[in-house]
Order: sequence, then C-alpha cells, then structure tokens
Amino acid sequence: MPPAAPRSGDAIFASVERVNAELFTLTYGAIVRQLLTDLEEVEEVNKQLDQMGYNIGIRLIDEFLAKSNVSRCVDFKETAEMIAKVGFKMFLGVTASVMNWDADGTCCSIVLEDNPLVDFVELPDTCQGLYYCNILSGVIRGALEMVAMKTEVTWIRDMLRGDDAYELQVKLLKQVPEEYPYKDDE
Amino acid sequence: MIGTGKIKQYANVLDKPLGKGKQEVSLSAFAFLFSELVQYNQTEVDNISELETRLEDAGYAVGARVLELLCHRDKGNRRETRLLGILSFVHSTVWKVLFGKVADSLEKGTEQEDEYMISEKELLVNRFISIPKDMGTFHCGAFVAGIVKGVLENAGFPAVVTAHFVPVEGQQRPRTTILIKFAEEVILGWPMSMLCNSGKEAVNFSGYWYGIKDYCNKCS
Repeated sequence: MPPAAPRSGDAIFASVERVNAELFTLTYGAIVRQLLTDLEEVEEVNKQLDQMGYNIGIRLIDEFLAKSNVSRCVDFKETAEMIAKVGFKMFLGVTASVMNWDADGTCCSIVLEDNPLVDFVELPDTCQGLYYCNILSGVIRGALEMVAMKTEVTWIRDMLRGDDAYELQVKLLKQVPEEYPYKDDE
Repeated sequence: MIGTGKIKQYANVLDKPLGKGKQEVSLSAFAFLFSELVQYNQTEVDNISELETRLEDAGYAVGARVLELLCHRDKGNRRETRLLGILSFVHSTVWKVLFGKVADSLEKGTEQEDEYMISEKELLVNRFISIPKDMGTFHCGAFVAGIVKGVLENAGFPAVVTAHFVPVEGQQRPRTTILIKFAEEVILGWPMSMLCNSGKEAVNFSGYWYGIKDYCNKCS
C-alpha cells in the first residue's frame, strides 16, 4: 500500500474534535494566574510555562505525525513551514507564517496571525517581564526535540508587550543523529 | 508588509470587540493543556483533597469570567436573579458555550431542599483521564465544579459545589454528577444587600442583618 498522502492543516482541523476557544483561553489564563500566585517571580513563571509547553510538545508530536501523514522533512526550512502551516492549524485552528530566514537556513521567525491564548488578556504593570504565551515556545522546542532537532525558541515580538505581532524565533542548534536504543544482535 | 498579520492592535483590551465565541481549537490542544494543569497542581499538594481544591480554584476563575462574558454578550447585560433561572443558565447556556452541548440533566436533590445536581455522562475534561488506583476518589471534574461555583457565586448565589462519580448499571464508565449545595441565605431568600437607617450598606453576619434598625458596624 502506498503511504497516505500528507494532509493539509485545514483538512485535519476540520476532521478532529474541537472545543470552544474561550474555554481554552480562560483555562490557560487560570493556569498563568495560578503560577503567578505560587511562584511570585515573573521569571520563574516564564520558566514553568516553557516547561509545561515542553511536556506538551514531546507528546503532541506523536499526534501530529499520526494525523498529518507528513514524511520526513528534507531540511529545516520545510520543518518550519510544517509547524506554521500544519501544526498551528491542526491544534489551534490558526495559521502562522515563516519569515526572516538567516543566510544558512537555521534560524527563522514564525509569526502568528491570530493567537487564541491572548483573548481578554492585558498585562498589569507588575507582570511586564512575563512572556504570557511562553507555553508555545516550549511546545515547539519539545516537539522538535522528539524528531532529533535541538532548538532554541525565543519571543521577538509580543503584542501584549506593545509590539505589532506575535513573533517566535526558532533557531536550530544541532541536529542529533538518529540512534537506536537497542543493538541488532540483542 | 512583513509581519503584519490580520490582528488589529488595540491600546486597551476593553476597546477590543467581544468575539462571537465561535472560534474553536482542537480538543487535544485543550486536553494537553488541562493535563498540564492537573500535573502541575499535583506537584504542589500533599493529598487528593488539596489537589481538588486547587483545581476548583482554577475553575472558579474561569467561571467568574464566563458569567461576565455571557451576560455581556448573550443577555444584554442582564443576569439571572432567581435560583432556578441561574441554575438553568448554568445547565444550558454555560454548558453549551463551554462544552458544546447542554448538560445531560439538572435535578433537585430528593432529600435536601438546598441541593441540586447537574449530571453528565462523559464530562469533557475527563475524556482522556484515567485515575490511578492509589488516587481513590479523585475527580478531575473538580475543575468543572469550580466553574459552576464561580458562575453561581458571582451571580450572588454562594454554594458548595463538588464533583462525583456515580456508577451507572450496564455502563463501564461511571457518569459524573456535579452536586450543588446552596448556602443557607440563598434558600431562605435573603436579599443580597440592604441599607441601614443612615443609608449605608448593612452587614450580614452569619445570616442575620445587622444595622437595619439598631446596630450597624459601619455607622457606630
């Protein structure tokens, strides 16, 4: 049987079960608020959100691969496009665009056109250092690590901090060669 | 132009129009997020009841905002002031918006006057949850109970809300019942606030109104 054809983000999103984005938004808000109360330091909250995202990412990649039927990406450029066009769409129902590539193709920006995490949100003066959507960078980092890419994901622009868009910089640090956890003769 | 998406920027979040609430995300995105909420809170507690309390607190924050949001958007800035009105608001409107369907049933407790139950065959948050044996009666529905509590309390109907599994004959999975036990003043129908003789708001101590006639701790 030939491998199934890759599916578009729209097609997957249309076929999966969905929930109201407001439930998602408000639940995320409740999490962030809980973290702020518990950890007090904004820096610690950023770290914890990133960790939560990472935990999600390492599990989410399985679902991504199972539902999208994508085959191995030839280079990091294709990977970034997949995240933006298929990944964001199938989970959050939004599309993102990839831009600002550097010369050797290992660093780019993912710009979100819409962001369901931030509805109803405004950062108070006490939380100015907070990367409210830091969970997203963790998700990307975690998911890519599971397909053997070590990355560093940082926020370049954040509308909650007064910028004009949400922009994540994804930098490929190194591609880990594939290793099997077992030897053939064992 | 590079980087200009279709999101418009507003100086103040209040200037932004309220969405229609039709946007969706995938169920797995929510399930992943919810599982992180539970796992994080697990690291912060010593026992099951603390864990349920923390989930309830998180839900409460959601409920308070859902009430405000729905009153603005769907009810022309009015909210229910009658007990049955608010209960059916939770059972129908809130459930429909949050979980995409009306709750399976809303019943009055048979033994207690002040108890009501909302039952659901399969609660959305429980979909991908299985409870380890050593966690006994733990119920992730504590989060939903918190949402219900948040809506009720902020509408002026204080209540204790808990989530329980109820086994159903012939079904493998138990159904979930959200038990609502209203505070005494709700059932007795006391007003939410009163004015004392000098026109200031009176104070309610454990069900008695102080300051209506002889004593008011704000005036004296």
